[in-house]
Amino acid sequence: MTAPLTERAARRAEGDEPAVRLDGVSKIYGQGKNGLLALDNISLSVAPGEFVSLLGASGCGKSTLLSLVAGLDSPTAGTLSVGGRKIAMMFQEPALFPWLTVSANVEMALRVQGVAKRERRQRAAEFLDIVHLGGFGAKRPHELSGGMRQRVSLARALAQEADVLLMDEPFGALDAMTRDLLHDELERIWQKRGLSVLFVTHNVREAVRLGDRVVLLSSRPGKVAEEFDVDIERPRVTDSPEVAELASAVTARLRQEVLRHGS
Amino acid sequence: MAVDQAPAAGQPSDIHARQLAGLDALELGGGTSSGLASRLWGRTWPMLLAIAIVLAIWQGVVWSGRWPEYVFAGPAETLGTLGERLTDPEYWQAIAVTMRRAVTGFAIAVVVGLAVGAVVSRIKVLRAAFGSLITGLQTMPSIAWFPLAILLFGLTESAITFVVILGAAPSIANGLITGVDYTPPILLRASHVLGFRRLQLYRHVILPASLPSFLAGLKQGWAFAWRSLMAGELVVIIAHQSSLGERLYYDRELADSAGLLATMIIILVIGVGIDLLFETGDNALRRRWGLQQVRN
Ligand SMILES: Nc1ncnc2c1ncn2[C@@H]1O[C@H](COP(=O)(O)OP(=O)(O)OP(=O)(O)O)[C@@H](O)[C@H]1O
Ligand SMILES: [Mg+2]
Repeated sequence: MTAPLTERAARRAEGDEPAVRLDGVSKIYGQGKNGLLALDNISLSVAPGEFVSLLGASGCGKSTLLSLVAGLDSPTAGTLSVGGRKIAMMFQEPALFPWLTVSANVEMALRVQGVAKRERRQRAAEFLDIVHLGGFGAKRPHELSGGMRQRVSLARALAQEADVLLMDEPFGALDAMTRDLLHDELERIWQKRGLSVLFVTHNVREAVRLGDRVVLLSSRPGKVAEEFDVDIERPRVTDSPEVAELASAVTARLRQEVLRHGS
Repeated sequence: MAVDQAPAAGQPSDIHARQLAGLDALELGGGTSSGLASRLWGRTWPMLLAIAIVLAIWQGVVWSGRWPEYVFAGPAETLGTLGERLTDPEYWQAIAVTMRRAVTGFAIAVVVGLAVGAVVSRIKVLRAAFGSLITGLQTMPSIAWFPLAILLFGLTESAITFVVILGAAPSIANGLITGVDYTPPILLRASHVLGFRRLQLYRHVILPASLPSFLAGLKQGWAFAWRSLMAGELVVIIAHQSSLGERLYYDRELADSAGLLATMIIILVIGVGIDLLFETGDNALRRRWGLQQVRN
């Protein structure tokens, strides 16, 4: 079952080579009888500059998919290509280095590239400004709130200046208001930099609010259940009726997926 | 509190900045700090209490008459002797000799432990081969090394240093190895995505991440070094070089009970004092890392 091809999807189909392409990718954890099929024959691509939201029930393999794309793990079957692009990733938890200050954490992204110390500091400050944490560079991660840590993590991912940004429920632990603010920020940065984004979330509205396309994964094993094109004018607002309408359609489909497992 | 934030053409990023700043201020909250004097007192009085209890028990045993006083001196006499000795420059010389040996032995042990720990934790084959051997060495009582050490080095300071190093280095190496093994996987994954590989990964991520465990190893290593040193100084008596262990030995020979107890107190105080230094370092690290969030 596929969604009706919209104009943009058609353009995408004949457009450039995708930034991220998964072809029949499967992932089995463990071996033999005890093996767990986490992802089953996933085919998915993200066009350059496209924002794709990935939705699915807990445990359906979203994080697994991102680690494969990030090269942290390799697929059991199928091919995966990112065309040599540079990849940044924001993990489900902030994953900051506790022994470094906030600024030094962001600088770690630049350190690998051999950027000189002074320039590193200056650029880290710029990225912290982007996530509105300009005054917090000298603090340690544990002195910040959970939401602020997530933002530091975002700043660090942005500092990598990668072409592809993978985000694993980055705003899951935030209050609604902060989340709205960060949606606007993320959208702005994504548009300005022309990033390709693969964004994992549990929140249907968030997926619709941000994505050019929403990909729904089914559970056990993880498969692409359906794709929705989001043809809503940007800038979008989470509480707008258009977003709510599509979100309820996606939710209905998601519920169907979950029910299929219940029976 | 309805917040309407339709992002119409305007200056949304400015509004964001202010809203976020407001939220951050709410999230952070203010810190509280108690005075230094009261904190110091809070840590001192339990120690004073412990000392008082020990002195009381000691005095009680002396009064019980189980041993005559010339065999087991009471606190008053011992403290008097202690005061006398502390005004004797020769005694200070003995302390200096012991401390010099401790510092040299421990320093070499740190270098050896670091080198061994780094190599063993880096190379898988060595890890499998030597991992349990190092732990095994830790359980070896240091006094058991002395016959071999004396065979190899004779009754010299080298024999003592040798055993001090063997006592301390395994703990230090083990601390480092444990730290490397228990580097949080999520940090390794994050570093991989950031582009850290091999030596860079080791230097910028794995080594700093293993610092708390390494410090614990240092602390344990010091305790072993100090014990080995005292054992060594009792066994290996070097002429014309007075040390704390040697003083202990002759106090027993001369049946100078008060002197013997006084020297034991000095040994205890030095051991505890240096342990406190490590404790302070450990606490500072924990505060910096935010590992000490539960107040008890
Ligand atoms: N390292 C691993 N070893 C074995 N099984 C794993 C491993 N990682 C994940 N799994 C299994 O693979 C499945 C998918 O896990 P994954 O973390 O990708 O789910 P998810 O969609 O990200 O879930 P959530 O939304 O809760 O984060 C789960 O059933 C999980 O138990
Ligand atoms: Mg996940």
